[in-house]
Amino acid sequence: MNAPVKHASVQDRSALKRERRRSLMLLAAIWLGFLVWPAIAPNNYILALGSFFGIYLILIASLNLLMGFAGQISLAHGAFFGLGAYTSGVLAVKADVSPWIGLPSAFLVCAVVATLVGVPALRLKGHYLAMATLGLNAIMTVLFNELVFLTGGPNGLIGVPGFTLFGVSLANETAFFYFAWTIAGLVMLAILNLIQSRPGRALRSLAGNEIGAACLGINVTAYKVVVFAISAGFAGVAGSLYVHKNNFASPETFSFFISVLLVVMVALGGWGRYWGAFIGAAIYVAAPEVFRTLEDMELFMFGLIMILVMLFFPSGLVSLFERAGGALRRRERAR
Amino acid sequence: MDPQTQLLQLLFAGVSTGSIYGIIAVGFNVIFKSTGAINFTQGEWVMIGGMLSAFFFVSFDSPIWVACAAAVLCIGVLGVLSERFVIEPLRNPSPVTLTLVTIGLAIVTKSGVMLTLGKNPAGYPGFSGETPIMIAGASLHPQTVWIIVVAALFMLAVHFFFERTLTGKAMRAAAADREVAVLMGVRVRHATMMAFAIAALAGGVAGAIITPLTFTSYDHGTVLGFKGFSAAMLGGVGNLYGAMVGGLLLGILESLAGGYISSQFKDAVAFMVLLGILFFRPTGLFGHKEIEKV
Repeated sequence: MNAPVKHASVQDRSALKRERRRSLMLLAAIWLGFLVWPAIAPNNYILALGSFFGIYLILIASLNLLMGFAGQISLAHGAFFGLGAYTSGVLAVKADVSPWIGLPSAFLVCAVVATLVGVPALRLKGHYLAMATLGLNAIMTVLFNELVFLTGGPNGLIGVPGFTLFGVSLANETAFFYFAWTIAGLVMLAILNLIQSRPGRALRSLAGNEIGAACLGINVTAYKVVVFAISAGFAGVAGSLYVHKNNFASPETFSFFISVLLVVMVALGGWGRYWGAFIGAAIYVAAPEVFRTLEDMELFMFGLIMILVMLFFPSGLVSLFERAGGALRRRERAR
Repeated sequence: MDPQTQLLQLLFAGVSTGSIYGIIAVGFNVIFKSTGAINFTQGEWVMIGGMLSAFFFVSFDSPIWVACAAAVLCIGVLGVLSERFVIEPLRNPSPVTLTLVTIGLAIVTKSGVMLTLGKNPAGYPGFSGETPIMIAGASLHPQTVWIIVVAALFMLAVHFFFERTLTGKAMRAAAADREVAVLMGVRVRHATMMAFAIAALAGGVAGAIITPLTFTSYDHGTVLGFKGFSAAMLGGVGNLYGAMVGGLLLGILESLAGGYISSQFKDAVAFMVLLGILFFRPTGLFGHKEIEKV
């Protein structure tokens, strides 16, 4: 599995620092830029799309962390999204637990389940995690549907309360947007810090060449399991945000097809490219809106675009921006 | 119904769906061997097998077997076209890239069927009528016999192809070591195309023979694809004979779980078995541990 790895070459410390400062500034700029969204969104619907963008950004960036930086595919990311949603949602509905406790619980439950599946599946080299998670997603879908006394079954979990902050409800579209965007910003910052730390560089080496990484003294299995657990945990956080925003969860939102779509979004955005997750999430939110007029043609166009992107931009759409950025920088230097 | 009859009935059902899973698993394995990719389109080919057969049967009023044969051929051609237009243009793709592309291909195939053949479920009568055969109190649909016979013939044909024909041997060589195969004059790109053709044919055959029992519609393919994939895992990915045994085992296990435990948890049981196999015997029941040289 040779994931496209950028900056695989040895860099000196100052270059790493410069790179880190540049990434942090870009992340801060994007984050601040999005704060004006409630002001420019023409209606609540478009505003809510902004909140969903934040939620899907967490989902896709966390999957990208696993795929791009540990070289493993998870086909259960949708199920972890659901597990987080149901953990947080069921706690709130059945046990009257505050969403503020539900959110970290969702992270924990997903991370624990991921560890349980990851330890045996990640000992092995190759596609085994993809296979194990394919089974896991199927099992979770059955559980969401059949544990009716907890989840409400196919009819869904209803009456999930929203987040409140110091007694103020965050149900208001604008308030929730700022809230979701804060959490998304924190998660993105955490992921950025992780991949630019020493363990992060170990991870990148792992995606590049597992045997080589092992030879350099990196505990390959342990790293992979930890990344899988973190990645699943963040999916759980996204699930918790989702369920308290929607006040409802239904099994089909977390089906295997969603897991596949999330993998596709990572690939479209740019696999193993930190900024690719932004593009992936943007497509995930915008595509249904853009294709809605096509009705039955929607899925067809979607598949076609996916094939074309894989054919012509195998390292994702973010490579377009990277190329543009590189050209700009060269022109500056020439001056 | 007394317990023995019930068991027999469940076994019949298990063997017939299991044979189908086995054929699908062979399709998976052929492409996995040749490219290292997990082919997500496999299940969609099964679905088209049923949909096209039904379409030919209804539209041209042809005998069932003619409709099915024509459909299977069409799917073989579809497999070749998919490889030529989508897989071949990727230069030296990694298995993961290929897997992702097959996801796109699966989506296009599925929605293409929905757009052309519609959303309604389709079906047609069994090859030799619908009168059940009674064996020891359990009833056997005549189509079940057809399924078992066709599955056995299919396995024989695959075995013959890979063991006896030059093309088959060349494909095995290409799967074993691409570079050496090229040096020996094997057209490796040709081998990938053949793999897609065989896998698509496998899907078409499976779809054409199961549809009289289950009906089909454009969204049936994905689940069948998974089951076939699980069967392939159970037997050991890449192992052609393991695929058939894995398919039969999975079919029987599912049928027994559905009959004795709960039909709702049937799918979960199948995947539990899959996870168990992964954890305790990851190379599958018949797989060999691969040793990789660094």
